[in-house]
Amino acid sequence: MAKVLVVTSGKGGVGKTTSTAALGAALAQTGKNVVVVDFDVGLRNLDLVMGAERRVVFDLINVVQGDAKLAQALIRDKRVETLSILPASQTRDKDALTPEGVARVIEELREKFDWVICDSPAGIERGAQLAMYHADQAVVVTNPEVSSVRDSDRIIGMLDSTTERAKKGEKIDKHLLLTRYDPARAARGEMLRTEDVLEILSIPLLGIIPESEEVLRASNLGMPVTLSNPTSAPSRAYFEAVRRLEGETLDVSVPTERKGLFDWLFKRSVA
Amino acid sequence: MSFLASFFGRKTSAPVARDRLQILLAHERAGEGQSELIAKLQEEILEVIKRHISVDQDKVQIKMDRGTGVSMLEIDIEVPETRPAVKTA
Repeated sequence: MAKVLVVTSGKGGVGKTTSTAALGAALAQTGKNVVVVDFDVGLRNLDLVMGAERRVVFDLINVVQGDAKLAQALIRDKRVETLSILPASQTRDKDALTPEGVARVIEELREKFDWVICDSPAGIERGAQLAMYHADQAVVVTNPEVSSVRDSDRIIGMLDSTTERAKKGEKIDKHLLLTRYDPARAARGEMLRTEDVLEILSIPLLGIIPESEEVLRASNLGMPVTLSNPTSAPSRAYFEAVRRLEGETLDVSVPTERKGLFDWLFKRSVA
Repeated sequence: MSFLASFFGRKTSAPVARDRLQILLAHERAGEGQSELIAKLQEEILEVIKRHISVDQDKVQIKMDRGTGVSMLEIDIEVPETRPAVKTA
């Protein structure tokens, strides 16, 4: 039975696209059939983060409007064969997405894949609503920062009221993914602690992704971080998150970089 | 570490962030239509006042200040100097 997962946040720039790519790749690396779908029409970026930007021919809008077959628009990842991407349109208006068209595409994707991961645009408008509408589960990406937590609270409210499941009176599984977390700053009382954010938002924790240079490096290279450096701290956090999505119960910790003496000396001299 | 921060006279900011969020979100969750409520109050209060005194709509200010225990609704009406046209005799 395929699962539809939306990666959402309300606020922009918190790591939705990075997390969609990393979670999608991590699931595919464990052998699952995964498609990541970019719903950010007009501002597509998932293709770029995944390194597929030069292979886009048809997009989600073309499929929604019936101008292309789904198989023509899907791009198979070159590194993980069970991973595909369905890009958004860069030129079209977001109004080109119709609820009926999106429903049809999601239904078709459910038949082909184990996981359908929808990368939501920022905001709470039409694009974000369409991205979450068919979801069985949601990953709410949040930074330990006041505006991000507030927007996440708003999005959680929408997940519980405007989605297809909510309208049918069913539950939608919501998971918190805390990104750009700095445990040292949190310990010093300079950053909201995980417990604070969990208490405020009261949804279960999927994982804590530590602030890391590896994330920018990965997007520079056009690779999900779980592929570019699978043993780095953020990658280990994403791999654990994926195991929780699959139903495993694991204690949540903040992975740290395993640094050698050389790294330590180098970092000191630069700082 | 936090005792060091307080030793140097600098308070930590994360607890402030947590408290602000808790207050804000409690209110936002309680009433999605809070801003609508204020607009409606403004409209209706003005209507009542207009029955007795002629006031300019711009001279009525309604503010909401949300606190932990108490929320304050502040209504500020600037009444014109001329006597109201109310007949008492």
